[in-house]
Amino acid sequence: MNSFLGYSSVLLGLAFALAAFALAFICASASKPHLAIWVRRALYAFAACMLLSNLLMLKALVEHDFSVKYVALVGSRQTPLHITLVSLWSALEGSILFWGGVLGAYIAAFAWTVRKEAGTQWVWALGIMAAVSVFFTALIAWPANPWTAISPIPLDGPGPNPLLQNHWLMVLHPPTLYIGYVGMVVPFGIASGALLSGNLDDSWVKPLRQWTLFPWLFLTIGIVLGAWWAYAVLGWGGYWAWDPVENASLLPWLTATAYMHATLVLERKRSLKMWTLSLAMISFILTILGTFMTRSGVFNSVHSFTQSSIGPIFLSFIAVLCVFSVLLLAWRSARLVSPAGSIAWLSREMALLLANIVLIVLTFTVLLGTVFPLLTEAFLHTKISVGSPFFNQYAFPLGIALVFLMGLGPALPWGKGGEKTIPKHLKVSLLLGVATVVVCWLFNLREPWSLTMFGCVAFAGAVTVHALLAPAWARSIQHKENFFGALWQSAVRAPRRFGGFVTHISFLICMAAVAASSAYEKSSAATLKPGETLQVGAYQIRFDGFSKGLESNHSFLGANISLLSSNAPPLLMHGPKSPRLNYYARMSEPIASPAVHNGLWRDVYVSLVATNDKTPSATLNAWVFPLVGWVWYSLLLLSLGSLWALLPLKTRSPGTKP
Amino acid sequence: MSPQLKNKLLAAGALAIAAGALIFVTQSSIGQNLIYYWTPSEMLAKGSVAIGPTIRLGGVVEGGSIQWNEAQGTLSFRVCDSEATPEKTCVPVHSTEVPPQMFREHIGVVIEGNLGKNAVFSSKRLMVNHSNEYQAPHDGQPPADWKNSVSETAP
Repeated sequence: MNSFLGYSSVLLGLAFALAAFALAFICASASKPHLAIWVRRALYAFAACMLLSNLLMLKALVEHDFSVKYVALVGSRQTPLHITLVSLWSALEGSILFWGGVLGAYIAAFAWTVRKEAGTQWVWALGIMAAVSVFFTALIAWPANPWTAISPIPLDGPGPNPLLQNHWLMVLHPPTLYIGYVGMVVPFGIASGALLSGNLDDSWVKPLRQWTLFPWLFLTIGIVLGAWWAYAVLGWGGYWAWDPVENASLLPWLTATAYMHATLVLERKRSLKMWTLSLAMISFILTILGTFMTRSGVFNSVHSFTQSSIGPIFLSFIAVLCVFSVLLLAWRSARLVSPAGSIAWLSREMALLLANIVLIVLTFTVLLGTVFPLLTEAFLHTKISVGSPFFNQYAFPLGIALVFLMGLGPALPWGKGGEKTIPKHLKVSLLLGVATVVVCWLFNLREPWSLTMFGCVAFAGAVTVHALLAPAWARSIQHKENFFGALWQSAVRAPRRFGGFVTHISFLICMAAVAASSAYEKSSAATLKPGETLQVGAYQIRFDGFSKGLESNHSFLGANISLLSSNAPPLLMHGPKSPRLNYYARMSEPIASPAVHNGLWRDVYVSLVATNDKTPSATLNAWVFPLVGWVWYSLLLLSLGSLWALLPLKTRSPGTKP
Repeated sequence: MSPQLKNKLLAAGALAIAAGALIFVTQSSIGQNLIYYWTPSEMLAKGSVAIGPTIRLGGVVEGGSIQWNEAQGTLSFRVCDSEATPEKTCVPVHSTEVPPQMFREHIGVVIEGNLGKNAVFSSKRLMVNHSNEYQAPHDGQPPADWKNSVSETAP
């Protein structure tokens, strides 16, 4: 029954998506504007069908209806309820279904916001989104169908992959990443709509940025949570390995960040139109590429949980999208020419342009390093991998350049530049950056990359704090107001600006934490008998013997340890808090999970590599990472900043003409 | 100069820079950071080319070949082609690392390291395959294809 209802709603959704696409095409190309309302209605119906299918799948999972193929694949009677619910996105078919549901929600929301807009560009935009929906719904209906009825009905299923079961972060990471990925369909639609209709004035710029910022926020959260999860669960002592799947999520983030900033130049200077539209289209294509990389199993990585036949289908879709985008941009290229007037040296738009270029060079490098092994394997039949040093070699200097530009840009005025317009606070901030470098040097923090990064972060931080507080300061003096009241006023009156700079500050905190934790990590490894200790940084780790235990769906073998330091009482990490090997009933091999002592200033991270019952002894790897927690703590501030920028305070609703 | 011409020149310039960067990156740095995945027979077929660079050697641990000296902390074993060919090739491996928990005979491994002139492969990092398939193994189950599932248990 579930199977029948679920599959029917997918097919019905497909029919509505097809209808919406056809209606949009007729409405826009044969100028029949009265059809626009039916395009929107078909899309609302599509969204309803996809959401219904998702709800039915959740119902089937909770009911342990093993006659449904997907439930038989990932369900298990032994799995706790919350894990059962999140198994919706723990394997290919379910995650594509979830993708379809999110897609429906986005498109319905967008259709709602443009309901009062005249003009074919919005109809075209909806039509393109409908076409994308047709692709994904067809994918759910046939090659990745989760609803196939199976017989004989199994009594129990294997449960989701244990790596997904053992941490709450894995509950949040996939859906946030998907909400980020799928949302890029809206900017793609807006860009295509503007190009197809030929209405290339400024009406699309603001909706494009706002509809990018929301998925961008979720993409950021997804990337950082993924890094945090890798750190907290996988036990190899790091959070970013330039793994192909990590790179896949970073690529659209880089391009979306770039064009959101390009729209600022576009609004003021009417230039970078072609650039912005191209990047909006590329960002969507990169999310599809990312899904292909994650879900087709082309890479050997911790993420390739699935090996499936959808690879070629995705590749063809990417090819179609590329051809469509290039032809569309080429067709309208004459209208995308910027009006005369070059970008002045030492102006804010120059800093934004340079930051865009830095982001695109980084995108290109990461893309090259990621697909290079695929290309050599496909064409030269040689299996290779590209090591992290390649990525780091480019990411370090480009990351520093980006942070430097984040300091330079907000301090420089728009328009005509020149040395006379350099504000005094820029010089003060530069001095602060230099002073930071000197102080770090005196405190013996002399690793060159991180030292440069600390200097640039201090510089950019000073500029950003000034940009955040200066308007409030001026206001409080002018109106004789309380400073905090003035700050609130400035935040409410310019949410985009205020939120943007808060987001910048959180990014700077994250970059400083990345630099500090990678340059000054300490690591050590040893095989210990009970009572013996291992020195790592300022800490000693004492092995206190083994512990065994049983948790909801697995048993574990842990190495009890005590964390000893000169200025604090010993911290016992025993039993469930110990570094351990988790044994799942249906998995032949154990999965290691580390013990992490989180601190504001440093984390102590211990993972159990091997055990020997006869001696008895445990082999431990231990690390001390300074400031590493701020890589993810900064996420809170980033979310607040980005959400603030999205607040409809004193701003018009998306879709209205400015 | 007309705006169109200027745009075309800009586009051509950008393409030239991109092409130049591509060539630069491929030629200079990516080449030094490539790690080849080879099986024992593939590696030995390369002859002297295989001696020196970092290689990921994938295969199966030969039965009865594991020698673990706990006092000195040295491990030696032989790794063989995973295919059940009549003339399977094996390579002796030397490691100074504690083997991961799952390490045992007949298990699929990927070893990152270098082949020495003495034809012994010295391991810098030993990774044990474990299947991503989520089931208990049945008797006589062949090891999983090492190319498809790699788990890193030791850095």
